[in-house]
Amino acid sequence: MRNMLAVESIGKTFNPGGVNERVAIQEISLQMEPGEVVTIIGGNGAGKSTLLNAIAGVIDIDRGRIILDNQEIHCQPEHVRAGYAGRVFQDPMMGTAASMTIEENLSMALRRGQRRRLCRGVTRNDRQLFQERLELLDLGLENRLPSKVGLLSGGQRQALTLLMATIAAPRLLLLDEHTAALDPKTAAKVLELTRTIVEENKLTTMMVTHNMEQALSFGTRTLMLHEGRVLIDISGSQRENTRVSDLLAMFEQASGKALENDRMLLAT
Amino acid sequence: MSVSIFTGVLEQGLLWGIMVLAVYLTFRILDFPDLTVDGSFTLGAAVAAHMIIIGNDPWLGTMLALVCGACAGLVTGLLHTQLRITPLLAGILTMIALYSINLRVMGKPMISLLRMDTIYTDIISWGVTKQLSVVILGAVAVILVVLFLYRFLETEMGLALRATGDNEQMIRSLGVNTNTMKVIGLALSNALIAFSGALVAQKQGFADIGMGIGMIIVGLASVIIGEVLIGHMTLLRALVAVVIGSVIYRLVIAMVLQLGLAPTDLKLFTAVLVALALASPVLKAYLKNGRARGKGEKHAGC
Repeated sequence: MRNMLAVESIGKTFNPGGVNERVAIQEISLQMEPGEVVTIIGGNGAGKSTLLNAIAGVIDIDRGRIILDNQEIHCQPEHVRAGYAGRVFQDPMMGTAASMTIEENLSMALRRGQRRRLCRGVTRNDRQLFQERLELLDLGLENRLPSKVGLLSGGQRQALTLLMATIAAPRLLLLDEHTAALDPKTAAKVLELTRTIVEENKLTTMMVTHNMEQALSFGTRTLMLHEGRVLIDISGSQRENTRVSDLLAMFEQASGKALENDRMLLAT
Repeated sequence: MSVSIFTGVLEQGLLWGIMVLAVYLTFRILDFPDLTVDGSFTLGAAVAAHMIIIGNDPWLGTMLALVCGACAGLVTGLLHTQLRITPLLAGILTMIALYSINLRVMGKPMISLLRMDTIYTDIISWGVTKQLSVVILGAVAVILVVLFLYRFLETEMGLALRATGDNEQMIRSLGVNTNTMKVIGLALSNALIAFSGALVAQKQGFADIGMGIGMIIVGLASVIIGEVLIGHMTLLRALVAVVIGSVIYRLVIAMVLQLGLAPTDLKLFTAVLVALALASPVLKAYLKNGRARGKGEKHAGC
C-alpha cells in the first residue's frame, strides 16, 4: 500500500551555534499508511511537538524530506500545508476565534485550503451542515450557532476545534496533546469524540499524548520518541500485548536509563 | 448652542467618521496599530485638491484619493509582512515618507479650493445650503461605508480578515495566508482614510500639509467613545457605534471650545482624553482598591 505520509530522515536544531543550541530532532523517519492512527509518546524535549510542527510547517526543518500523498511539502509555507492537514492544539483557546460566532468559526474551517472569496461567509446550506455535525458532539451547541465562541467552556471549545479540524476532510489530522489541558471527564469525552470522528472519516492521524494507557489503547500504532529519535515503534499484535509496564521496560532497555518524566508516570 | 454649531458638529462627525471607521478596522478588527493614518489622511486631501485645481472633475479627484490611500496602506502592509518591520514602526515610516510625498503632490504646503467646484457644488445646485450639502453627502458616504464594511466583513474573505486579528495562529492553521489578509485590511483602511481626507479638504476649502497631524488620536478617541457608550456586541452595532462616537467626539470638542479652551490646546485635550480612556481599567482598579492595593497589584510578582 502506498504511504499517505512519509517523513524521511528529517533533523532540526534550534539556535544552531548559539549558547541556546538545542537538538530537537536528531533524525526521524516514519511512514504512515492511509487511515493509520499513530499515537506518539515521549518525555519532555523528546521532539513530539517539534515533529508535528515540522509536518504542519510551523517550523522549517534543517534536512530531510516530508512527503504527503506523493507530494513534497517540506518547502511549502504553513498556510498552504494547512490545506491538507487539520490540527488541534493543547490550549483550547488556540484553535478558535473567541470574538467570532460558532457558525463563523465552522465556516472558516469548512473552507480550509480554499481561496477566500467575496461571497457570503455563512450560507444556509452551511448552517444545516453545522447543525448536523454539532448534534454529533452532543454538547447542545447545535442550537447556539450565532453565539460567540468566547462564551464556551474549554471542553466545548476543544470539541469545536476538533470538528473544525476535521470538517473539511483533511488528508492528515495532527493532535498535539489536545486533551491535556482539560479536566479528566471532559478529556475522556473529547477523546471519545476524536475516536468516533477519526474512525468515521478514516483519517490518517498523529496524536501526541503523555498518557501511556491512552497511547496504547487509541489508534493502531504507537511511537515513543526520545532525544529526537524514534525509540519504539509498535503496532499490530505486538502492540496489543504491550502493557504500560512493558513500555517502560522497553524504554529502559532501548535508552539505557529509566524514564524520568513525572508527568508521564503520573498519567499511567 | 446655536443650530449652526450643531450642524457643524454633524458635518465633522460624519466626514471624519469615515476615517474613524477605518481606524476601527485596523486597530480593533485587524489588531494592527496602524499609524499611517496621519499621512494617508493628508494624502487624500492633497490628491483631491491637486486634481481639482488642475481642472479635473472633483469626483474623479476623490476617487483617485481613495486609490492613493490604498497604495499607502499597501506600503505599510508590505513593510510589515515582507520586511518584518513591527506594525508601529511600519506605519510611522510610511507616515513620514508621505509627508514628503504630500508636499510633492501639492507643490506647496497649502492648496486653496476657494471658488473651485467641489463634490458639494453638485448638491448645492439642488438648492440647499453649503452646510446641508456636506451633511447630506457625509451621511450618504457614511451609510455606504458602514454597509460596505458590514457586508465585506461577513464574506469568506472578511471572516478570514477578522480571524487574523482575533487568532492569527488559528486562521493560518485553516489555510489562510495571514500576511495577505493584513495587507488587504491596511489597504482598505487607508483608502477610506484618504477618502475621508478628500471629503474634509473640499468641505473646508483647502488642503494643508499639517491637516493629518493627530488624526490617529482623534480616531482612537472616537472609537473608544463609541464602544463605551453604544457597545460592540454585534458587528453592525460596533460599526454604527464608531460613527456615533465620531459625532460625540466633535460635540465634546465644540463644547470645550465654547467653554473657552484655546483651539491650540485641542490636541493636548484629546491626547489626555484618550490616555484617560485607555487607562480607565487601571484607574478603576486603583480607585476601588485604594492606593496601597492598587500599587501592590501593579507590582504583583515582584
